[in-house]
Amino acid sequence: MKKRTKEKIIELTLAGCALLTILTTCAILYVLLFEAVKFFSVVSIFDFLTDTQWTPLFADKHFGIMSLLSGTLLTSLIAILVALPTGLIIALYLNEYSSRRFKNIIKPILEILASVPTVVYGFFALTVVTPFLQQIFPNISGFNSLSAGFVMGIMIIPYVSSLSDDAISAVPRYIREGSLALGANRFQTAFRVIIPSASSGIIVSAILAISRAIGETMIVAIAAGQQPRLTFDPTVPIETITTYIVKVSLGDVSQNSIEYQTIFAAGITLFVFTFLLNNISYWLNKKLEKKYV
Amino acid sequence: MSSRHTKIARFQDQAFKYIGIFCTFFGLIMLAIFISSILKTGLSRISWEFISNYPSRNAEKAGILSALAGTLWIIVMTALVAIPIGIGAAIYLEEFSRKSRISRIIEINITNLAGVPSIIYGLLGIEIFGRILNMGGSILAGSFTLALLILPIIIVATREAIKAVPNSLREASYALGASKWQTVKSSVIPSASSGIITGIIIALSRAIGEAAPLIVVGALAYVPFVPTSPTSEFTVLPIQIFNWVSRPQAAFLVNASAGIIILLGITFLLNAFAVYLRIKRTVKY
Repeated sequence: MKKRTKEKIIELTLAGCALLTILTTCAILYVLLFEAVKFFSVVSIFDFLTDTQWTPLFADKHFGIMSLLSGTLLTSLIAILVALPTGLIIALYLNEYSSRRFKNIIKPILEILASVPTVVYGFFALTVVTPFLQQIFPNISGFNSLSAGFVMGIMIIPYVSSLSDDAISAVPRYIREGSLALGANRFQTAFRVIIPSASSGIIVSAILAISRAIGETMIVAIAAGQQPRLTFDPTVPIETITTYIVKVSLGDVSQNSIEYQTIFAAGITLFVFTFLLNNISYWLNKKLEKKYV
Repeated sequence: MSSRHTKIARFQDQAFKYIGIFCTFFGLIMLAIFISSILKTGLSRISWEFISNYPSRNAEKAGILSALAGTLWIIVMTALVAIPIGIGAAIYLEEFSRKSRISRIIEINITNLAGVPSIIYGLLGIEIFGRILNMGGSILAGSFTLALLILPIIIVATREAIKAVPNSLREASYALGASKWQTVKSSVIPSASSGIITGIIIALSRAIGEAAPLIVVGALAYVPFVPTSPTSEFTVLPIQIFNWVSRPQAAFLVNASAGIIILLGITFLLNAFAVYLRIKRTVKY
């Protein structure tokens, strides 16, 4: 009897640990909504979405999230332009061309790219990549989204390559062999058979990489500048949503002020984007799992 | 005509092989360039004084003592919170929960949490721990925040490790009259241990590199003291580096490079250890 009670208590404790993750999600939603509601009682959602300036820390306050969002999307877009082709080609090469041995050795080494702290990548972008870009384009500013986006792209290569690799490995052998038997070479097989068959998995990898890039903070805070502006020019300083949150947190902003609430309004915007992207990819992935069963 | 086609096809095939090799090493070559550049600037700055001095307005006298101490505090406290909860949650999901609606919801939820940007955890931390629970910008608030951030990583890794334990082990334990918990404690966890440890190390190395959530929670940029208790204010190595990078004087960039060498050293050592454990484990089964 005593043993059974003990077992029950242990099970309940373990269940409590698992339920804590649900509690975390609820807490995130509560915190973001609670402060954002206060914010939106002062600033109308219409202004928030349509104003083209973001100046909550100035005397003349504007709350147009688009100027932060454009910075976020611009750096993420540059990152994905670097990471998607590179990661996809890596995945194709490791599956269709290289030996198994090479693949097993290189995969953990590629993971190093994702394990480097982001503040380090920010430093690289600012002190190595930007000076290099300035030699090619003399007009590029000392803070710019090209350099930050490029370095962020390098960081997310392993995400794309490993997720694409999963998708490509899941393509059944007979599909590959069918193509080779028809006289196609590895290149033709890779591009006309493997990529189409693995397409939803590759899309999942791209979406997750974009979601990772959108939430990335320190690289853009260090190298992309701190000037909110609605632009898609990669050579000028911009500000991302995440940079703005860091900037306000570093300053002395009293809680209960509108400045404090802006970081939650910015945060909820960020959360909505990553939440949508993650769930689309989750749903696609479920569909993918069913495909070859 | 057909032979021209074959030629083109063969050329594409060969060309793609080299493009593939180039792409595989592209990121690593970039990283090598970056690292050699910081070694060139920062290595000469590393000395005992750099490690044992407090930050200073004078770049040549500035050191990372308070940042290193803060990082150590944060990692130990984060580990104490995240490891038991993470392993507990994973055990529950793998061994105890029936495949019910609620366990499916928990699973989807963990996947979602893993995708939440780290800075959002910072917003969670400042409001719940800093403000409602009145911890301010203390080590405690920072550790709780990071613990929640790495929890999904630990849970996912532990579940994978537990899944890999063959069922015959569990059945043998039950056959000897062991209860569910005894089986988990004495058979499942020990044989999953190296996988679990790998996951913990990767999670902690992620926590060591985080700056953004701690800045939001209220970690300080300038800390001229070693924290003495969990309620102390603090800074960590990545924030100290960020602070130096943001200054205009070149001398502080040298300090930042030196700090990065130390931070990278710690991260790479941890990751190398994790890879070593993973290779050992693959050999085992």
